[in-house]
Amino acid sequence: MFRIDAYGDMGLRVQLGKTISKETNEKIRSLALCLEKEKISGVIEWIPTYTAISISYDPYIISYDKLKNRIEDFREQMVSVKLPPAMVVHIPVCYGGEYGPDLETVAKHNGINVEDVINLHADVDYLIYMMGFTPGFPYLGGMSEKIATPRLSNPRRKIPVGSVGIAGAQTGVYSMETPGGWQLIGRTPVRLFDSSKQEPILLQAGNFVRFVTINEAEYKAIDAEIKQGIYQPKRETFLVK
Amino acid sequence: MGNYIFEVVKPGLTTTIQDLGRTGYQQYGVVVAGAMDAFALQVGNLLVGNKRGEAGIEVVIMGPTLKVLTNTVIAICGADLSPKLDGESVTLWKSFAVKSGQTLTFGKPLNGAYAYIAVAGGIETPMIMESKSTYTKAELGGIEGRNLQKGDQIPIGVPSTTVKAGIGLPIRQIPDYRSGRKIRVILGPDHNAFNSESIDRFLSENYKLTSQSDRMGSRLEGPSLSLLKGADIISDAIFPGTIQVPANGQPIILLADRQTTGGYTRIATVITVDLPYVAQMLPGNELAFEAISVEKAQRLYVEQELLLQTLSVAAGVY
Repeated sequence: MFRIDAYGDMGLRVQLGKTISKETNEKIRSLALCLEKEKISGVIEWIPTYTAISISYDPYIISYDKLKNRIEDFREQMVSVKLPPAMVVHIPVCYGGEYGPDLETVAKHNGINVEDVINLHADVDYLIYMMGFTPGFPYLGGMSEKIATPRLSNPRRKIPVGSVGIAGAQTGVYSMETPGGWQLIGRTPVRLFDSSKQEPILLQAGNFVRFVTINEAEYKAIDAEIKQGIYQPKRETFLVK
Repeated sequence: MGNYIFEVVKPGLTTTIQDLGRTGYQQYGVVVAGAMDAFALQVGNLLVGNKRGEAGIEVVIMGPTLKVLTNTVIAICGADLSPKLDGESVTLWKSFAVKSGQTLTFGKPLNGAYAYIAVAGGIETPMIMESKSTYTKAELGGIEGRNLQKGDQIPIGVPSTTVKAGIGLPIRQIPDYRSGRKIRVILGPDHNAFNSESIDRFLSENYKLTSQSDRMGSRLEGPSLSLLKGADIISDAIFPGTIQVPANGQPIILLADRQTTGGYTRIATVITVDLPYVAQMLPGNELAFEAISVEKAQRLYVEQELLLQTLSVAAGVY
């Protein structure tokens, strides 16, 4: 699928699939790479999502019809694009206790014990399909159905930044302190969004996240390193298993 | 520079520092924010010899009381919120001199909701991710990422050498937010998710702005729009002016503080030159929509861009 539509007078949307899938995600990454390389004059930025890329542009510099033609050229170019290897970013997580007050709820809901929940949640490479909701928040795919749990019926007013949660079949990390209804199973000291940094956003769509189990002492040690500005989350190249 | 334009005596409803927004980070989920009425901010800047995209002070419905701390030139553009300098009414869309010790106040909202104070030299708060715009939910930009509060002093940059008082926008270019003109839209991207009666209704009936409207979006109330299937889509991008329709059938127009993505069906997107007219509506005001082509919308955009460029040349700002 490759369908171009106008989206307002400063937007152009390219739909590349109809359902959430790794194949569609790869197409979206390929098109994003074409846009990055081509640097079409007038293009301001683009938002990759599950099934589409929406491009914002300045119609004073390039009209919809002209931009549409340029994007059409990518239809074939995309196929031969060699994507850089995806990276896996390790996110250390202290599960349970005050860091993950809903860990037992998730275990009970699924009829397993808390260790099983941790084992099923950690050491899995989750694909970052898209970013949104709050700055730096990744929409992750690939969580085991064995730990899927509905949202809280009564959302919390304040969720600590770094909280790792489950909502239905999704998992994610709160990038900001916000209200929310996710079941909280742990917390990371790593910040997904820090506007004071040269690179404020830790993650990127198309890469992977792997949660790595740490204890409370390790949490505090990493937290201290983060505050000194010396902590770097581990990154490795994603290997297809 | 260590120079300040105002000290905040009373903060007003939600007074913030805004420029044209934090673009370039939407793919990472970073909200754009920026002026709700980008045309008014840009004109204000040009009238005081600033670049169009410089930051100004956004004043909403109930304005602040500001004590002037330096002798300079400012302009107020956008909504008529009855601004007064030491009790004397101030002309909108025209630069004027202020002196240290004077007080700028606002009164009744007479026409529109968002006014912009542009100051010669621009507002000199730090650039956060290439923008000075305040986004309070993530505590970004402006002064400590929040609304202005009592006691804040607003820093300014160095004015251009050519700045002078009495420079105004030609009267026929001044927008009238009460004109009741139709809000023009481009249908899509999800208009096929609605039955044709709903599209007809959307383009013929009046919708009223509710009080649950803010910088994030304008919530409307009116004839319900029905979807062929459900109201939810796979999360997808949102642009300024995108009109979402959740399951209750009542449209929401997304504005400056919108999230970058959303999961509701999008019936249409307001054209760029009409966005100020949406932003400037007050709760209870009504609007009607009209669908136009992308080509026409882009012609109108180019016309407005040329006007702003002409003003830039006239103001000696490039």
